[in-house]
Amino acid sequence: MRTVNTSVKKKDAMALVTGKPVYTDDLAPGDCLIVKVLRSPHAHALIKKIHKEKAEKVAGIACILTYKDVPQKRFTMAGQSYPEPSPYDRLILDQRMRFVGDAAAIVAGETEEAVDHALRLLKVEYEVLEPVLDFKQAKDHQVLVHPEEDWLTLCPVGGDNKRNLCASGREEHGNVDEVLKQCDYVVEQVYHTKANQQAMMETFRAYSYLDAYGRLNMVASTQITFHVRRILAHALDIPKSRIRIIKPRIGGGFGAKQTVVAEVYPAIVTMKTGRPAKMIYSRYESQIASSPRHEMEVHVRVGANKEGILQAIDLYTLSNTGAYGEHGPTTVGLSGHKTIPLYRTAKAFRFGYDVVYTNRMSAGAYRGYGATQGIFAVESAVNELAEKMGMDSVKLRELNMVKEGDIMPAYYGETLNSCALDRCMARAKEMIRWDEKYPRVDMGNGKVRGVGVAMSMQGSSISGLDVASVELRLNDDGFYTLMIGASDMGTGCDTTLAQVAADCLECDVDEIVVHGTDTDVSPYDSGSYASSTMYLTGMAVVKACGEMREKIIRKGARYLDCPEDSLEFDGNRVYQPSGELEISLKDIGNRVMCFNEDMLTAGASHTSPVSPPPFMVGMAEVEVDKETGEVELLDYVAVVDCGTAINPNLARIQTEGGIAQGIGMAMYEDITYSAKGQMLQNSFMQYKLPTRQDVGHIRVEFESSYEPTGPFGAKSIGEIVINTPSPAIADAVANAVGVRVRELPVTAEKVYWGMNR
Amino acid sequence: MEIEFTLNGKLVYEEIADDTTLFQLLRRKACYSVKCGCETENCGLCTVLVNGKSRLSCSLLAARANGCEVVTLEGVEKEAKLFGMYLAEEGVEQCGFCSPGLIMNVLAMEREEVLDDEGIKEYLAGNLCRCSGYMGQLRAIKKYLSRGEDRDEL
Repeated sequence: MRTVNTSVKKKDAMALVTGKPVYTDDLAPGDCLIVKVLRSPHAHALIKKIHKEKAEKVAGIACILTYKDVPQKRFTMAGQSYPEPSPYDRLILDQRMRFVGDAAAIVAGETEEAVDHALRLLKVEYEVLEPVLDFKQAKDHQVLVHPEEDWLTLCPVGGDNKRNLCASGREEHGNVDEVLKQCDYVVEQVYHTKANQQAMMETFRAYSYLDAYGRLNMVASTQITFHVRRILAHALDIPKSRIRIIKPRIGGGFGAKQTVVAEVYPAIVTMKTGRPAKMIYSRYESQIASSPRHEMEVHVRVGANKEGILQAIDLYTLSNTGAYGEHGPTTVGLSGHKTIPLYRTAKAFRFGYDVVYTNRMSAGAYRGYGATQGIFAVESAVNELAEKMGMDSVKLRELNMVKEGDIMPAYYGETLNSCALDRCMARAKEMIRWDEKYPRVDMGNGKVRGVGVAMSMQGSSISGLDVASVELRLNDDGFYTLMIGASDMGTGCDTTLAQVAADCLECDVDEIVVHGTDTDVSPYDSGSYASSTMYLTGMAVVKACGEMREKIIRKGARYLDCPEDSLEFDGNRVYQPSGELEISLKDIGNRVMCFNEDMLTAGASHTSPVSPPPFMVGMAEVEVDKETGEVELLDYVAVVDCGTAINPNLARIQTEGGIAQGIGMAMYEDITYSAKGQMLQNSFMQYKLPTRQDVGHIRVEFESSYEPTGPFGAKSIGEIVINTPSPAIADAVANAVGVRVRELPVTAEKVYWGMNR
Repeated sequence: MEIEFTLNGKLVYEEIADDTTLFQLLRRKACYSVKCGCETENCGLCTVLVNGKSRLSCSLLAARANGCEVVTLEGVEKEAKLFGMYLAEEGVEQCGFCSPGLIMNVLAMEREEVLDDEGIKEYLAGNLCRCSGYMGQLRAIKKYLSRGEDRDEL
C-alpha cells in the first residue's frame, strides 16, 4: 500500500481555501429567475383562494404558481432507492397546508426585490383547521394530517394515513416479559430527543435550465443526484431521460441534502417558463422548512442479573415525522437495530415502533439516522442500570459488549467479522483516566466534575439494497479518469476513492482524475448516505481497477505479441518477468488512440449482503456548577474502530466534527414550538450551534480492525461519530450531581431544577 | 446612491440602492469567495476586511463602505494559499464553505498578535464551522502562526 492509510491532501483543497467559485450559487447564470416560496402561517389549513392579480403586475415577475398549476401525482422527496419506503404524500404545491412554513405558492421574477414585493402582495384566503401538534397524541387522532385518498405507499411499512401513521412495526426474539421478570435489576425509562437541524453552512439551493436538447438540467447541492433525477421525474411527471442532475462542490450536507428540499421549485419554474431559475434558501427557511432529525421518544426496559449480565432489552420508539413522511419508516428502525446488538448477552429483545404524522415541520435524514436517538436512550438506560446496581458503568459494558465473531440476532443475524470495541473501551478509559475520576471529583469550590461513557455502532451502507458503481478509463499518456456517482460533500470521497484506485493501479493519486457526480456521465450510485461511500463505492473502485489491470495486460500482450500469462503489470509498464519484452503504460495509452478496436475502460458495481458496523466509545468529563446548574464540557475522548482508515487525517476530522455536532445536540441545540405550531428557533440567533469555545477539548484515537468485505479492510465512519456525546455527557452530569436529564439538550435549567426539586 | 471605494486594491464606483448590503454588492462584483450562512451576524462566513478590520458584510450597508478600503479573499490570494496549505495539511477544510470567512478573520487576528489557545478561540468564536469540530482548525492555526519565514515562500 502506498497511498491508502496516508493523509493525502484533498484534491479540491486549494480551490476551497482560496475561495474559488465552485458552489451552486457561484456558478448560477446571471440571468436566472429568482424563485421564492410563499409559506403558510398556519399549522393546518386549506387554501380557499389565492389573489394573485396584484402580485402578477409587479414589474419583473415571470410567474406565480399555485396548487392549480402543478402535476397532481403524489411523490416523496426522500432520497432513497426505488421503490422508496417513504410514502408518496407530497405534491409540489398542495391545497392543504400541513405545517407553519409549508409551501402555498411559488413566485419567480427577474430580481429578488421584485419577488419580495410580489410575495407581499400575494393574498391567500385560508380555512384554518385544528392541527395535530403533540406527537404523543397523533396516532388515531380525529384530525388527519393526510386525509387524501391518493396517499400511497409502495412498500409495506405499516403505514395508514387514516390513523396518522406513517409506519409501524414490531419484532421480538425470545420472551422479553418473562426474562425481565426474572431479572434482579430492571430499569424502565423514557428518553426524548428533539428535531435537530443539520445546519450545514451552505443552505439548500439549486438552479435549473433547459439545454440545447430541451432537457431539464439541474445543478443542485445534493447528496443524491440519481434520486433527485427520479424524484423530479415523478414530481414534474416527465420522463427521466429528459432530466440531468449535476453536483458541484457542496457546503455540507449531513443528511439534510438526502432529501429534495429546494430542487422542485426552480425545476417547475424552468419547465413553465423555459428560463433558467434558481432557489437559494435563506437560513430562516432552512430552519423552519427543511428536513431535520426525527424527534423521538424512546421507551426502554433493560434487565440484568446480579452478576451484571444483561438479560433483556425492550424498546418502543415513537417517532415524529411531521407533516410528511420523508425517511420516517426507515430512520426509526435504526433506533433499535443499532442499539440492541451492542449487547451480546441479551437472551431476549423486543423492538416496536410507531411513526406518526403531525402538523410540524417534516423530518428527514440526519447523520446517525435514528441510531443517534436510540443510542441516547439505550446507553442512558444502561448507565442508569449500572447506577442501580452500584456497578462501574464501564465494567457493565465490558461484561456485555459485542465481540468479533459474534452472530447478532438483532442485526439481521449478521456475523461480526471485525470489531475492536473492547480495545476502544480500554483505550478510552486510559485516555480520560476513568478509574481516577469515576464517578465524580468534588472540586471544593461549588463545582463538581463527573465522567460519563457511551458506546455506539452504525452500519456501512444498506445491506442488500444500496448500489455503487464507478467507471474507469485509461487515457493517452497513461493517466486515468475515475467517474463516480457518490457525492463528495466535503468529506473528501473524491480524494479517498482516488487513493483506493491509486493503490490498486500502483500509481500516484495525481494520475487519477476524478469526475464528480453528473447523472449524464457518472454511473448509477445510490448516493452519499447510510455511511456507504467508502465501504460500497470503494469496493466498486477495487473491482473496476482489477478489471482495468487485466485489460491493460491483455492489450500489452497484443502489442508485444506474446501470451497474456507471461506478463505482469507494475503500474508503469507491462513486462515479462522472465523475458525481455516490455511496453510502458504511456505507450499503451497512446497506441490505443489509433487503430483500436476495444476501449480501455472498466466499470464495476458493488452491493453488499452485509452492513458491517463501525464501533466507537466516547467518554465525557464535565464540570457542573452546583449553584447554577451550568455544565461545562472539559474533555471529550473518543476511540473509533472504522476498520482501516483510508485517509487518517480526513477520518480524524470526520470524528472531531461529528463529536462537535453531537455536543451541540447534547448541550445547546433546542427546538421549541409556539402553541400554534410555529417553530421558534428560526435563526442562528436562537438555534445555538456550538462555537469553538463550547466544544471543550476533543481527543480522538483509532483502534483499527480489518473488515474483509470492505476495501482494504475499511468500514464506514461518517455517521457513527455523532452518536456518543449525548448519552456520555448526560451520564457525566448524572455522575457529577445526580441529575439524570432524559430530554435533550442538557441545559443548566434542567440540571438546576433537577438538583433543587 | 453612488459610492466610491477601493476593492482589493482597485478603485470602484457603484450605483447602489439604499438598502444594499456590502455582502450583496461584493457578490455582484464577482467576489464569490464571500459567502452568507445566516443573515444574522452569527456565522462569520461573510467576513471581509474594511480598512484593515474584520467586518461582517451581511449586516454592513454597502453605503458604509464609501471611501473605505475593502479586501476580500480574492485580494489576499497569496496569504490565503499559505494559510490554506496548513488547513489542507490537517485535512480540515472539509466542505470549505466557511473557509473564506475563517481565513479573513485569521489574517486579521494575526495582525493583532493573538497567540494563545484561549485568545484564538475567543477571537474566532464568531466563525462557525459545522464540519470540522474546530480542533483541526486550531492545530492548523497554531502551526501557521508559529511557521518559519521560509514557509512564506510557498
